[in-house]
Amino acid sequence: MLMEIERIKGLNFHKKQDVAIVGAGITTFKRRLNETGKELSYYAVKQALEEAGLGIEDIEMVVMGSAPDAFDGLHMKGEYLLDGSGGSDRPYMRVFVGGGTGVFAPIAGYWHVASGLADVCLVVCEEKMSSCHPHPQSAFKYIWDPILDRPLQPNLIWIFALEMRRYMHVNNIKHEDIALVSVKNKANALDHPAAQLAERITVEDVLNSEPMALPVRRLDVSPPSDGASALIMVAPHIARQLTDDPVWVAGVGWALDTTWWTNRDLYFPRYVAEAARMAYKMAHITEPRKEIDVAEPYDPFDYKELHHMEGLGLARKGEAPILTREGVTARDGDLPTCPSGGLLGVGNPIAATMGVKVAELYWQLAYRAGKRQVAKEVTRGVAQAWGDLMQVGTVVVLSNKR
Amino acid sequence: MAVGKKDISCPPYVKGREIKAEDIKEGKVTYWEHHPDIRYSFTAGQAISRFLKGLKEGKLLATKCDHCGRIMFPPRMFCELCFRPVDEWCEVKDTGVVETFSVSYIDPDAKPLEEPVIVAVISVDGASPKMGFMHILGEVDPDDVYIGMKVKAVWKSESEREGSVTDIKYWKPLEG
Amino acid sequence: MTRVAVVGAGYSGFNSNTPDLSWKELMYEAAVRAYEDAGVDPRKDVDAFVTCAEDFWEGFAIFDEFVPDQLGAVLKPTFTVDADFLYGIANAVMIIKSGLADIAVVEAHSKASDILTFGEVIKFAFDPIWLRPIGKAHPYYFAALEKSAYMTARGYSDDVFAKVVEKNKANGRLNSDAPYAGKVTADDVLRSEAVFYPIRKLEIAQRADGAIVFVLAREEIARELTDTPIWVSGVGWWSETSNYDTMSFTAAYARKSAEMAYKMAGITNPARQIDVAEVDDRFAFKEVQHIEALKLAKSNEIPELVEGGYFGRGGDLPVNVSGGSLSVGNLLEATGGQKALEVVLQLRGEAGRRQVDAEVGVAQAWRYIPTASGAVAVFSR
Repeated sequence: MLMEIERIKGLNFHKKQDVAIVGAGITTFKRRLNETGKELSYYAVKQALEEAGLGIEDIEMVVMGSAPDAFDGLHMKGEYLLDGSGGSDRPYMRVFVGGGTGVFAPIAGYWHVASGLADVCLVVCEEKMSSCHPHPQSAFKYIWDPILDRPLQPNLIWIFALEMRRYMHVNNIKHEDIALVSVKNKANALDHPAAQLAERITVEDVLNSEPMALPVRRLDVSPPSDGASALIMVAPHIARQLTDDPVWVAGVGWALDTTWWTNRDLYFPRYVAEAARMAYKMAHITEPRKEIDVAEPYDPFDYKELHHMEGLGLARKGEAPILTREGVTARDGDLPTCPSGGLLGVGNPIAATMGVKVAELYWQLAYRAGKRQVAKEVTRGVAQAWGDLMQVGTVVVLSNKR
Repeated sequence: MAVGKKDISCPPYVKGREIKAEDIKEGKVTYWEHHPDIRYSFTAGQAISRFLKGLKEGKLLATKCDHCGRIMFPPRMFCELCFRPVDEWCEVKDTGVVETFSVSYIDPDAKPLEEPVIVAVISVDGASPKMGFMHILGEVDPDDVYIGMKVKAVWKSESEREGSVTDIKYWKPLEG
Repeated sequence: MTRVAVVGAGYSGFNSNTPDLSWKELMYEAAVRAYEDAGVDPRKDVDAFVTCAEDFWEGFAIFDEFVPDQLGAVLKPTFTVDADFLYGIANAVMIIKSGLADIAVVEAHSKASDILTFGEVIKFAFDPIWLRPIGKAHPYYFAALEKSAYMTARGYSDDVFAKVVEKNKANGRLNSDAPYAGKVTADDVLRSEAVFYPIRKLEIAQRADGAIVFVLAREEIARELTDTPIWVSGVGWWSETSNYDTMSFTAAYARKSAEMAYKMAGITNPARQIDVAEVDDRFAFKEVQHIEALKLAKSNEIPELVEGGYFGRGGDLPVNVSGGSLSVGNLLEATGGQKALEVVLQLRGEAGRRQVDAEVGVAQAWRYIPTASGAVAVFSR
């Protein structure tokens, strides 16, 4: 085998303490918001503190997750955002794995608590994409290799289009099947108060929407957004004081694939599979399709939800579109997927999508998702994000049983 | 109180005031513009410098790892899988196969393009399987492109070449 | 409680410019040396990788993309912390203590020579509405304002800062990787141009390129790998505020992060228990500020101690034996890496001509203009 991959070894998970989530917050997601990044972070933090029943003085450490500095137009934007996100006068740091940050920041929050360095850790994610002109995508000009790629004047959508085409080609999938994801998620988002693009659309609407970089069309894509979200992660003895029904972090995993994305077969997200393997091992999950009750895979593009379900082992290769067509992934299905409305419906303020991934999973497992609550009984769920040059997989498994 | 079905709708509220396009047009929002002058001069390094020199000479260069046997393109100074220095340089062909492609109607700033650009990942003949790189296709109708199509590089003339990936104008279908 | 040790260290540099190597090749060189030093194979043995980088120092929108290959981290748990190397150490310690990894790698580098408009990049970190529009001066004036406030509050004369430059530039002469070392007297410093009054030209660390990689492991593994594990006995990090106008100007971020690290390390009397210190001296006054914040001396005694050579290589508590950033250069997010590297070399007894006698050492870094954030790590033999 030319591309044999080493197994992750040594995962002993001898942590100091378990980690629970006791509160979450989210702002509205919109193309442009009047608030600054600091103000958005503040709103999200305030709501999370209210749900947890804590004050900012109870927070020991803060983890910030935010994607490219180029969006907000700030070098070292973590430092700029620190007071809006409750980081003033305490240990504060920003972590970053491109688009995967929304699920990675809670992983960093997890080890702040699991290591015993903190008992109460606030995780905040923010993105203010509208600051970047002429278009948020302009920032993506600088994600490419400066010598090999940038002279070709690429647009970010290119890599998705190339990946989507490869996925469709190898698994023999039609665009109609992929478009169903957009239809489902945008409809799910009708029940999310933060949603930017909630609407009832049809498969034909997707197929007839404006071409961007074929096969990607306008309605295959989530919108750029402004927004913020927050989570509060605590040690067991704190969780006990705050709530009878905390949601526990059962597993975390992340992996970063090679920079040479043109040297890989893009039809399967092996970076997600690798991250999932780590998280499942930690959560003692051997058959994800049976043991996971609800899923929030990353869906910045409709095909990505399918691609990621396969990476997460929730469907066999090429099977995700079939599950979608059969309604298995609907909110009342056997494997509700993106019940929040996802990025396609609620919006895509890159890192702040923590609010529709990990926070949504938390609300679902705490039975607090209201109209979005899935029909079936739920014990365990998985949230996932992805980023960089189709490189990063970040996975969190939550459970309402310890 | 154990975990059970509770109909509490979270998030309980969402904050944030949307700005509409009209608000900007009517001057209802205060903006402060900044146009920073931030520039870099990226050091190409040993591998890419030689690769760019090869392009100027009309050649595609690759490097080889004797440990895993891969001929790597684009070339690099170390094998990222074996984590050891590469062993030798070699030339690969300027023909290849389309692994995947897209027809792009937008430019880097998401502005519409008058003529779509066909972009592809092309795995290059002579390198190990799937050793591709991203480039542009030309002299072909978007509807005629398919995965598996054989293509050949169309180079700029020797005097026009400057040691850049754009020394190849585009790749065109290989006849026959 | 899981203990964590440094079992390998490697670096590349430090030079004022590296026109022959790309940032990838620079990182690769440091990584190979660190893995060689630790006796580990990154493809098989390492469980997690941490890079410390900021996009605009690198010239990328998502620099994280360009990290894994040259560290041997392809398809492994790898991420970026947008901060100094010492924050990376803190993350590696937490990852190991959480049981997520047995062996973790931390990397930071500077390719400052690739940046053509350094001042504009720093300015891009300023609050866009409050601070960017003020004045056209190079943003070093921020440091000048801070120095002015600090020296007035403490009643220091400029001699103490000039002496620090003299000491560090002299220390650097024993360090073959210190491109800005030299024979400079305090008088030379005081006579150099007051480019950002009260900061003089020779009080400012010039930029440099380089990369540092550490391999960390939990106790059982560390003992298998090496006879000289250097324990990371404490880590701390802290942010004051992002509002320039309400910062302490007395390096409270360093005091608080040191308190956190000392508590973890069980250090109650740092001035006596610390044998060697490497502190952020990217402006000469910062060294004095940080000596005070790290409680290595009382503020009113510092001028006399500096004058008497207490912090010199032969003194009771050597500070910046490596030559500090004033000799080695400003390595951006790798600054704390160079500091930690020196402490590790000193504790291992591998510092060559500049070796001092030390059991416990501390490394500290600041997140540079315009922040009031920083981190501290305590190492012991």
